[in-house]
Amino acid sequence: MKSAVALVVVALALTLAPLGLTSYQLGLLTKMLILAVFAMSLNLILGYGGLPSLGHAAYFGVAAYTVGLLARRGFDNFWLDFGAGLIVATATAALFGSLALRTRGAYLLMITLALAQVLWGIAFGWRSFTGGDDGLPGVPRPAAGLPWSLADGVRFHYFVLVVFALTIAFLWLVIRSPFGRALIGIRESERRMEVLGYNTWAHKYAAFVVAGALAGVSGNLYVYYNGFVSPAYLSVVFSATCLIMVSLGGAGTLLGPALGSAAIVFLENVISAYTQRWLLVLGVIYVGVTLFAPAGLMGLMRRRARRAP
Amino acid sequence: MLLFLLAAGLSLIFGLMRILNLAHGSYYLLGAYIALSVVEATGNLAVGMLAGVAAVVGLGVTMERVFLRRLPRHEELPQALLTFGFLLIVGDVSLWIWGGAPQSLPKPDMLAASVRLGPLVFPSYRLFLIVVGALVGAALWFLQERTKLGAMVRAAIDDAEIAQACGINVSLLSTSVFGVGAALAALGGVMAGPVLGMYPGADFEVLLLAFVVVIVGGLGSLKGAFVGGVLVGCLDNFGKALFPELAYFTIFAPMAVILAVRPAGLFGVR
Amino acid sequence: MDRLTYDFGGLRAVDDVTLAVGGGERRVILGPNGAGKTTLFNLVTGLLSPVAGTIQLFGDDVTTLSPYRRARLGLGRTFQINTLFPRLTVLESVLLAVQGADAARFSLWRPRSVYRHLEQRAQDLLAEWNLADRRDVPTRELSYGEQRQVELLLALAGRPRVLLLDEPTAGLSTVETAAVVGMIQRFPRDVTVLLIEHDMDVALTLAERVTVMHQGRVLADGTRDEVRADARVTEIYLGSDDQP
Repeated sequence: MKSAVALVVVALALTLAPLGLTSYQLGLLTKMLILAVFAMSLNLILGYGGLPSLGHAAYFGVAAYTVGLLARRGFDNFWLDFGAGLIVATATAALFGSLALRTRGAYLLMITLALAQVLWGIAFGWRSFTGGDDGLPGVPRPAAGLPWSLADGVRFHYFVLVVFALTIAFLWLVIRSPFGRALIGIRESERRMEVLGYNTWAHKYAAFVVAGALAGVSGNLYVYYNGFVSPAYLSVVFSATCLIMVSLGGAGTLLGPALGSAAIVFLENVISAYTQRWLLVLGVIYVGVTLFAPAGLMGLMRRRARRAP
Repeated sequence: MLLFLLAAGLSLIFGLMRILNLAHGSYYLLGAYIALSVVEATGNLAVGMLAGVAAVVGLGVTMERVFLRRLPRHEELPQALLTFGFLLIVGDVSLWIWGGAPQSLPKPDMLAASVRLGPLVFPSYRLFLIVVGALVGAALWFLQERTKLGAMVRAAIDDAEIAQACGINVSLLSTSVFGVGAALAALGGVMAGPVLGMYPGADFEVLLLAFVVVIVGGLGSLKGAFVGGVLVGCLDNFGKALFPELAYFTIFAPMAVILAVRPAGLFGVR
Repeated sequence: MDRLTYDFGGLRAVDDVTLAVGGGERRVILGPNGAGKTTLFNLVTGLLSPVAGTIQLFGDDVTTLSPYRRARLGLGRTFQINTLFPRLTVLESVLLAVQGADAARFSLWRPRSVYRHLEQRAQDLLAEWNLADRRDVPTRELSYGEQRQVELLLALAGRPRVLLLDEPTAGLSTVETAAVVGMIQRFPRDVTVLLIEHDMDVALTLAERVTVMHQGRVLADGTRDEVRADARVTEIYLGSDDQP
């Protein structure tokens, strides 16, 4: 009961936020939500499926670049750009998944990382197309396709909030479905699932592609948010940051990654104001979470809840 | 050759302890940076190189003993996160101490000239690298296949508990293997110092290349690391020469082929 | 129902084995450690690919089918080392097992009524085999004996036509062993049971026919009494006694 109340409070807070926050703070909150979608997408295959992927930024970045390139060339219909980004992300996930999922464990980790790095390398090197290291600035928000303009920070926030809520609802349904349960079973013991009659590869692949698609959604939103896209969106550091968001918040829980996203965005913002050593802090966070809080923030909260009478 | 050294270290650590050490790239870079500082302080290249390797071995051993031990065995994710954390920390600290501008180690005087081998001219330092790489490879192979030490390592790979029961000190062995792996990476770093130089981000690049080599050659296999190293190294160089903008693609291609045909790598053990 | 015939060659663990098991039969596979029994099971369930030879299930050649396809044809298996879902509760685990045999296990959306029917079956199974009171316990927190029982239950939940049990009583106390033996004896008669056992008493209690393997080959094959009287078998078991 307590958690339901807490959820309602949070939902209200997110909806009413634009009234109380400065536009800078609101922007930060929006960023948290966008990256929460990214983290939740990874959580599907990582937390629920047990597939360690260190290249999730690939689908995020690929969608972001697609939207960025289209929007800069004047294609400003929302459905066109968003749809294109989504399709490209899904196709990339389908391709990479077919290659990577032939392996497990550490191999999977390496391969996903390597595949994402290849995309990074292309983005970095192909200056004429992708702008190379400098990226592509000046990506406008869509002017056509939607009944309201997204140019305004508040409207954009609500738009993102709706997407965020839809993502949660979608994932909630997936996890509770037979498919979702099977995925969890595969995480716990793939061998057992195989002899029980489950086509484990098909489950993993489907989850991988869906996760990639969701990451693409998040990438689409991010490029609109920032108005900018660069190879950093495809980098290892970014993939790993997503990973730490999931782990910090609590892998395998529905809302954990959202918490993780909020925490990391918040910390980055605060710490970057004082020092350039954000990566160092991030590294320490990684080490700390692994050693002291493997179940993440959600895990810590649950433990506290169980101890309280 | 360099790739071989790195990949061998990575493969070794994974093969024995099932630990995928993402910080391997930072061993490479840190070794080179420390060597640089020591060289600047003492003026002696050899001492600098040794210092670099030694320091990194120290780091590696510390990482293993203090941190990696505490993690649940056989779970890739915590290991990946932990070692990645170190990668970030070392990378950032390196940036802090040595700055962002690319630097390089000085070439040793006697190897600065070029050498004529028949119709071809080679920079002698590169030859030196190849020779060292081959020697190290031979030493490792010898150690692994022929000596008692090698047998112990292989026993421990197969079943750590039984090996322990037989009186093999698995703990010491693990730490040593980790140390050797770190040393290999650092060696790669200090050797590469004069020719490739050090710069922020080298740790990532090198890590990625090592990964590709290991994917192609197979994790846990020395032979695979060697063949993979040579193969990927050549392809990488060709790629950079022919298509400088899409160099990454030439690495991607063999990797994708291997994945499609033999997901465990050319000589993959598991 | 003529079930399987297979010859393998080359794979050192299983060397040119030919075996035919009739439907509804209780067959025990005996043999010292390393005889190739578990490997045989792995080949039958599809976790390993034979170097040579074929496997047939109810007359259909399944040699090239992947494990999950064979499971769907009615093959169930327990493992020598418990292969459970550590963090899932007993009920959740059995539910997955029940769902696996059901048609729409891949579906994303599902009408509640169908799902409830699966859940009901899981609950019934638990009640029938006396594990109902442990249903909300994560399997990794169960005692070893209980885990072994869940392992059996998972294989049974899918309503298999053929059950492969790999040393179901390994590591159990006498009381627990008796419980498991009782459980196996209560299996429906139309299910074919193939049992690997180390414990001679258990084996001979449950078996109708016995196959003895040694170093990858079939040494003896016949009814309980025939095998018991076979001199070679006694030699193997007395000569290299490695009871756990």
